[in-house]
Amino acid sequence: MLEGILLGLQTAFSIEMLLMVIAGCLIGTFIGMLPGLGPMSIIAIMIPVAISMGDPAAALILLAGVYYGAIFGGSTSSILLNAPGVAGTVATSFDGYPMAKKGKAGKALTIAAIASFCGGTIGAVLLMIFAPALSSVALLFHSAEYFALMVVGLSAIAAFAGAGNVAKALMMTILGLMLATVGETTMAPMPRFTMGLMDLQSGLGFVTLAMAMFALPEALFLVLKPSLSASGESGEIKDLRITKAEAKSIAPVIGRQSLQGFFIGVLPGAGATIASFLGYAVERNIAPKKEQDEFGKGSVKGLAAPETANNAACTGSFVPLLTLGIPGSGTTAILLGALIALNVTPGPRLMLDEPQIFWSVIISMYIGNLVLLVLNLPLIPYIAKVLSVPRNYLIPFILFFTLMGAYIGQNNATELLILVGFGICATVLKFADYPLAPLLIGFILGGMLEDNFSRSMQLYDGFGFVLQRPMTLGLLAIAVILILLPTFRNYRARSASVADGD
Amino acid sequence: MALDRWIGLILLGFCLVYGYTAWFTMDGNLAPFMKRNPIWPSTFPKLLSVIGVVTSLVIVLGLEKSKPKELDIDYRRLMDYNLGQAVLLLALMVAYALVLRPLGFLFATSAFLILGSFILGERRWHIMVPVALIATIIVWYLVQQVLGIYLRPVPYFVGG
Repeated sequence: MLEGILLGLQTAFSIEMLLMVIAGCLIGTFIGMLPGLGPMSIIAIMIPVAISMGDPAAALILLAGVYYGAIFGGSTSSILLNAPGVAGTVATSFDGYPMAKKGKAGKALTIAAIASFCGGTIGAVLLMIFAPALSSVALLFHSAEYFALMVVGLSAIAAFAGAGNVAKALMMTILGLMLATVGETTMAPMPRFTMGLMDLQSGLGFVTLAMAMFALPEALFLVLKPSLSASGESGEIKDLRITKAEAKSIAPVIGRQSLQGFFIGVLPGAGATIASFLGYAVERNIAPKKEQDEFGKGSVKGLAAPETANNAACTGSFVPLLTLGIPGSGTTAILLGALIALNVTPGPRLMLDEPQIFWSVIISMYIGNLVLLVLNLPLIPYIAKVLSVPRNYLIPFILFFTLMGAYIGQNNATELLILVGFGICATVLKFADYPLAPLLIGFILGGMLEDNFSRSMQLYDGFGFVLQRPMTLGLLAIAVILILLPTFRNYRARSASVADGD
Repeated sequence: MALDRWIGLILLGFCLVYGYTAWFTMDGNLAPFMKRNPIWPSTFPKLLSVIGVVTSLVIVLGLEKSKPKELDIDYRRLMDYNLGQAVLLLALMVAYALVLRPLGFLFATSAFLILGSFILGERRWHIMVPVALIATIIVWYLVQQVLGIYLRPVPYFVGG
């Protein structure tokens, strides 16, 4: 292994390669900040550039830099504008945006940068150690377990919505799942729930829904009640440094989530999205009662958890790509395409045949993370200045970016009308204190959930898979307990406090 | 009945319509060979509709009591807020969606940004107009030239 590391260092440490990393990180960060353009589309855009370089190692290093930059840029727009452009950074906005609203935008960005760095770096170490062994474990997970794993994730999100809100959160999750069934399915060429509209044939756009659920209601709230935005402007960005106490409280979170995120990322198809949601849910659940109430209102732990898990999972998703040749996520699928175009076939033979590529990818992950941290920390005060733009200009721009995000994704003006329609619905739901995040999560996971569900139904010819696979049964049992437990606890607390004439 | 339970009722209606579609109308045009499949396109929606109806009933009947929370905006006093501005902005967004293709990106977007600030009460034209124009051109350049996503820049009668 040491030999491999040296080989990787040798490849990665030249002026040319370092410039590649820096260029990649910068491009990724700036494009990633535009809502609607995630790592996947940016890497897809960069592929012609990478391929024309001819050198697989250099191309991969450039793309890895773009990848990390894009993820960081995506968190930036989640934190500052509550406009997550990528599914993986949705959980970041749960706590990142409230922090920015309190005038701690600089601190939030710093925590995001540090958490991403740690998640990515620890992930890379784990990748180095576990890559060969993990590929065989990942194959033990069948579609039935994926289905169960996602059910656990969804019920965890609903269960941790807070006391008295479980039914509403569950309802929103189900609504999200229902919206995900609009359009054609993979298993039958038959449009569902399109009401005869051609525009719905391909389903609703993720970015459209994300903008409609988060950015649009937020902007409307700022219009309705100008005082809401005042806090963001007053607090300048002086509060950049994180205190020792905060560092102490997020350190264990980062440690746990790097591990958890990495292992979730290893499972093909799970990826950064599930890792970030599960990471958020788990951290919220194991936090002490007092800190639990902070979650969703700008908790540093709630911000660090999804950011770490997200980046660790991104690294983890390289395991199946490099060791089995199976891309675990959309982004790695595009990377696979780039590798094949460069005449490199990832798979079990990669480590033996072309070790310099395997190791230079790993080393470039370290460098990418480091460069990102070094580049972005000084830039944070300038990035955070976005929030001090006067309200009269900021709001039209937020609205415009939501429209652009929806338009770029689908290139379809109807999408904009859908955006406004859903935005109004979301605002009304927000009036009534319905949590909107579960809806989006349900929507994101809905497609995967149904695919895995139907795959296992087909494999086991019916619902038998639930009983025949102990791991599935166990996971589903956990999901049911998660939903019922807070209700039960709430009921107990309620019956105890009835005497007070509540 | 509070707003959240009214919404629960609407959602119950939605779930019932969704469920009706899934249970009674979708299987009709299923190809005969697919009927032997253990899973139909309607299976998952059927499950969802059942869970959805149960959950919305829980909300409507108020089985899970929640403490009223202090919200950012109290919908009962909606008129006290800048409702007019919000509605105008939404109308502006709809208008933007409708004219984006016919009028071209450059014109539609700069008009959107200027009118948006105008609705919010901005009257300093000498800042508003240049900011909107510069931002429009930068975004157009980035999206069209750098990313290569086609946006019609000029009105339809000019071509391009």
